[in-house]
Amino acid sequence: MNVLEFLGRINPVAASGAVLVLVGLWGVLARPNLFKIAVAFSVLETGVNLVILSVGYIRGRTAPILDSAADAATAAQRMTDPVPQALVLTAIVIGLAVTALMLSYAVRMRTGGGGSSIESYGDEKW
Amino acid sequence: MVVDMAILVSGVVMIAAGIGAVLAKSLLVSIILSGGVSLVASLVFLLMGAPDVAMTEAAIGSGLTTVVFLYAMARSKQADHEDAEANAEAGGQP
Amino acid sequence: MMRKILVLLAVIGFGVAMLPLVLEAGVAEAPGELATAYLEQSPRDFAAANVVTAIVVSYRGFDTLGEVAVLFAATAGVGALLTKKRTETAGAEPERKPGTEILGTATGLLTGLLVMFGVYIFMHGHLTPGGGFQGGVVIATAVLLNLLASPRSRVAHGVMTAVESLSGAAYVALGLLGVVLAAGFLDPRALPLGTLGALASAGAIPLIYSAIGLKVGAELSGILEALKGDRE
Repeated sequence: MNVLEFLGRINPVAASGAVLVLVGLWGVLARPNLFKIAVAFSVLETGVNLVILSVGYIRGRTAPILDSAADAATAAQRMTDPVPQALVLTAIVIGLAVTALMLSYAVRMRTGGGGSSIESYGDEKW
Repeated sequence: MVVDMAILVSGVVMIAAGIGAVLAKSLLVSIILSGGVSLVASLVFLLMGAPDVAMTEAAIGSGLTTVVFLYAMARSKQADHEDAEANAEAGGQP
Repeated sequence: MMRKILVLLAVIGFGVAMLPLVLEAGVAEAPGELATAYLEQSPRDFAAANVVTAIVVSYRGFDTLGEVAVLFAATAGVGALLTKKRTETAGAEPERKPGTEILGTATGLLTGLLVMFGVYIFMHGHLTPGGGFQGGVVIATAVLLNLLASPRSRVAHGVMTAVESLSGAAYVALGLLGVVLAAGFLDPRALPLGTLGALASAGAIPLIYSAIGLKVGAELSGILEALKGDRE
């Protein structure tokens, strides 16, 4: 039963998040097309959000909203950790803002006459 | 235990979609697959007991980000089109 | 070739650095001390049923203020980069195909519902999952549907700018109200707390989230219009 015991020990959200981070990082470094770099950046950012939220995952507990399912008296025994959720909420919105800014730079470079591959901007290298 | 299995299966789907998004030849396929990654991530957030984050990720990650990418791709194609027209005009009148 | 090897080495190095996170961190058994304190004191302090909202708006209110500022900076950047003058669309407008009939009809039916749904989400942010950012995104989706259905239409710039500026000012004004009437900046106890679970509860939290929701909706509509290419 080693496989099941191993699966019981790791955090499944952190594992998938970590692999997504690696996939996205490879995409940012290795693809030459400007827009594909932005797509890989978006995948990387989803992975990072998963990793941050995996800290607050507690098995078998419900959402941190006080209602008939979990009222104020039993709150701390039946709810997941709300602090990483607040942090990831902020991170997702800022990720959208940064992606939009990155894409508007890419569009501006294209309409200014540049090429679509990052290799064609070589004369700006130092 | 069931929830953990569901999260693991969704994780595998996410990773497959992520690898597809990074390796695809066509830009449109990459964009749609990255929207798919965000959608499955939103499902994982819901399974973990974080409905606020799931709503935000579904609306922003697989809604607005995909639309922003598609607009940018359309502008880029239009820039190509205009360049080709300008070249054709300049070539026609040396 | 050298570049590919370096990229592979960087990714493998990062992977090795993340191994302890995956293999040893494991799943927590109970929330930590700070989280337990937030969970237990949130109904007493703010009468907010949604603990994540209480954290985002009041316990960690400065983070949200910074986030709104970052979103504003990104919107200003996108708007400054993609005006029509800068991208030199020379004179003749590109051909805009009109939207299909299905899209037009569906947009007419859905716009009112979407705006109402967005307002519902941010007004009830302290009771149900949701809040300002989700409601703002839903409102921006309504604007997006209209932009797609009739491509010749323009977003009303004056209205968007006024909504965005006034909401931002209202957010800071509510924070300053907390300084005057309660314990500090962005303290929602400036307004009466009410009972847990009612709509008019949690002090100034619904008002703050409404201001944030309107601001985010106006900003995202501005970003979408700039990317579409119609921003003056």
